[in-house]
Amino acid sequence: MLNKFPLWKNVMVLLVISLAVLFAVPNLFPDDPAIQISHENDAITELDLGMATDALRAAGVDYFGDEVTDMGAMIRFAGLDQQLRGKSAIEEALPDGYIIALNLAATTPDWLQSLGATKMNLGLDLQGGVHFLMEVDMETALRRRMENILSTIRQELRSERIRSRSLELVGESEIELRFADEESRSQARSIIRDGFSDLQVQARETGGDYLLELTMLPASIQQMQVDTIAANQTTIRNRVNSLGVSEPIVQQQGPDRIVVELPGVQDTAQAKRILQRIATLQFHLEANAGASSTSYEVYDYQGQQIRVDNDVILQGDRVSNVRSALDQYGQPQVVINLDAQGGQQFNRVTRENIGRPMDILLIETRTRTVLDEDAEGNTVERQETYEERRLISHAVIRAALGREFVITGLSGQEANDLSLLIRSGALAAPMYFIEERTVGPSLGAENIAQGAGAVLLGYLLVMSFMLYYYRLFGLAANLALMINIVLLVAMMSIIGATLTLPGIFGIVLTIGMAVDANVLIFTRIREEMVSGLSPQNAISSGFDRAFSTIVDANLTTFLVAMVLFTVGTGPVKGFAVTLMIGIMTSMFSAIMVTRFIVNTIYGGRAVKKLSIGPFIKAA
Amino acid sequence: MALLKNDIDFMSPRKRRITGIISAVMLVVAILSLAINRFEFGLDFTSGTLIEVGYSESVNPENIRQQLIVAGYEDAVVVTFGSDRDVLVRLPVAEGDDEAMNNEAASLGNEVLALLQAESDTPIEMRRSEYVGPKVGAELAERGGLALLVALGIVMLYVAVRFQYKFGIASVAALAHDIIVVLGVISLFHLTFDLTVLAALLAVIGYSLNDTIVVFDRARENFRIMRSTDPEHILNTTLNQVISRTFVTSLTTLMALTAMLIMGGEAIRGFAVSLIVGVTVGTYTSLHISCNFLMYLGITKEDLAVPVKEGEEVDSMP
Repeated sequence: MLNKFPLWKNVMVLLVISLAVLFAVPNLFPDDPAIQISHENDAITELDLGMATDALRAAGVDYFGDEVTDMGAMIRFAGLDQQLRGKSAIEEALPDGYIIALNLAATTPDWLQSLGATKMNLGLDLQGGVHFLMEVDMETALRRRMENILSTIRQELRSERIRSRSLELVGESEIELRFADEESRSQARSIIRDGFSDLQVQARETGGDYLLELTMLPASIQQMQVDTIAANQTTIRNRVNSLGVSEPIVQQQGPDRIVVELPGVQDTAQAKRILQRIATLQFHLEANAGASSTSYEVYDYQGQQIRVDNDVILQGDRVSNVRSALDQYGQPQVVINLDAQGGQQFNRVTRENIGRPMDILLIETRTRTVLDEDAEGNTVERQETYEERRLISHAVIRAALGREFVITGLSGQEANDLSLLIRSGALAAPMYFIEERTVGPSLGAENIAQGAGAVLLGYLLVMSFMLYYYRLFGLAANLALMINIVLLVAMMSIIGATLTLPGIFGIVLTIGMAVDANVLIFTRIREEMVSGLSPQNAISSGFDRAFSTIVDANLTTFLVAMVLFTVGTGPVKGFAVTLMIGIMTSMFSAIMVTRFIVNTIYGGRAVKKLSIGPFIKAA
Repeated sequence: MALLKNDIDFMSPRKRRITGIISAVMLVVAILSLAINRFEFGLDFTSGTLIEVGYSESVNPENIRQQLIVAGYEDAVVVTFGSDRDVLVRLPVAEGDDEAMNNEAASLGNEVLALLQAESDTPIEMRRSEYVGPKVGAELAERGGLALLVALGIVMLYVAVRFQYKFGIASVAALAHDIIVVLGVISLFHLTFDLTVLAALLAVIGYSLNDTIVVFDRARENFRIMRSTDPEHILNTTLNQVISRTFVTSLTTLMALTAMLIMGGEAIRGFAVSLIVGVTVGTYTSLHISCNFLMYLGITKEDLAVPVKEGEEVDSMP
């Protein structure tokens, strides 16, 4: 028993360690504070960057590393103070439409970045910022939809001269139609079957009345929920972009919730005002050739200048459904449904305007900072709200349009985008803030310092003990432990996990528990020595016999961490993630890496005594 | 520690009675405290608003409370947090809050901050502000309780399959014992019970289980290789074999946790304390209680004699 690894095992251990070092290294390069400039519609050019840097020079703010990337322009600063002064200088100099965001620019060397080696993401509790959890009010969305359907049915029955006793909404989401005779009911039923495929119809008689009970098909409700949350998410993403936050997160959570994370944002009041704002939609006609210049406004649409007539032919609240689909020839199109009143109104206008283009405007209320002079002549910042109107569709009316019409001539992507935009203006359901957590930047920095301090102190304590108690073997375990931390950091960076404060404490706990595997092995080696095995045999047998114990113990802990990950939220999830990764890396480092080190020291030669600390011989 | 004797008596009926009584006393104290003191639940479970602000000089929380009461926040709770310059303000969710009011409740933090800033001569700094809606609070509590139960269930299943059902029951009983004691300590010392403490509880399950499994693993091995048929003797030998490892691992884990307690600051205190208590109790449990349970369940050599396959696994190479 010479305790030598076969070559492939040695190579594998070394390879894993060097890869881990490579992927952990980016975390050692601190980011530069930076400002990122982008534009709402256009790409950023050197010209824009020049305007910004001129403003910085004029304001006497030092900067470096200014460049134009596909993400916009990036300007770096030496400190946070310069960054803030730089931001206000650039905001003053650039016209509206530019988004100026505080950002952090990576300083990782290019060759590392090209390998895909990046940093761990930091949670909001470490970098500061705000976390919102918003709930979309699906019940209201469903009720509105049913109200819409009810009013349309009412119109249809009236125009078909079908008499009814009563038509009303019962409860949250059921429509009840009462008829005096069976014939009216069956006529109504066929109309509903033809026109409303989303509905489930149940017939019933009570007290001489013939009833139809209409509910939305479960599949349709589900579809509506999916569409609604997508619409709300689009709205929020648009608004978050206008906040000028670097790397925001807008994510669906569960069937009806949206998580919004805005790193670096402090003014939660403003963020909330903007997130809550409701966008609206208007349908207009294009202005006639000879129209007077006061009767239209000019909008930009895909590079063309479009003159949009001021009269609104239809408001967005008349839209009852929007979806993107393929027509019978497989061409992408956007299908828009209007409610009954909207359909009639729309039919009247479009009938008279066949061949004329129709425009859809999306109107969003936004805020901007303006500089004012107060009574004493000081410059003060003031928040001002303004409406931003955007032309999202420009299409020619081909026929008299009714309750359902389509917009064609789009690419698949355009059709998707357009239906989402129309939804965000017309169909977004109300949203409520059900959770909000804000962490100030100083607390974030403090949390990092405390976390790093705990990791360092924990490691030092454990390391000294292991060295004292297990001597040379302790040294091997300590090296393995250090490699374990490198492995853990590398894994977190590779899978793009987010490091949170509880996550750091998960690492601390891992340090304490990771040596367990080594302790198990070393005690076993000591025991084998006591029972009379030669040092080489004791090493080999100690590692082998401890193995199944280590696997059992770690697997169960891993299961518990998985439960924690599944049911935990936010920071607790971060804890579970580091715990799980820590268990995996510590098994590798404690078994393979320690063995590798021990084999390198003792393997392949005659050994009389092991430096594994004192132990008692059996009496 | 290296000089621990190899023949400590863990399993004689007298010793088992003593440790049984100790555990019973701990459990009774814990349960009494849970019944009388209950928990001081954190914001995660109670819902409401919390604002932590940093003043540039030391302040008296009572003054701040008065300022808030004057402004109409009668229910405000104000305490210092860590130092006398950091102040924590908690506001409960008002009665009858529904979803529509959530948006107003969510902006309370900003209002309070503006108010405190207006009342203070020196600039104050918002360190953190949290709002948890009633629905979310209830959900988090529900999911937390569920997590504990699921974790215990999975553990029992795993151990029962991998070892034997008596081991499964004994390990879960030992874990339940640990959890109750830790909960008792949390309630006894009025530590705030929040999500991080819940995470700590689950970590205690993980740790304590780790310990117990190591003992059981060795016990299984000994039941198979030792010539003795006396469970008491076998288990006692087992415990003497693992005690040094148990102590060393607990020590290193406690060292890391102490580092966390010292360096981690106020926010992580509940987490660190729960874990320290949990690890300490877990160590005691794995040495004294889990094998005790095995004895109560009447473990015998025959219980483990069966599968040949598992015997191979014990000796398999990595």
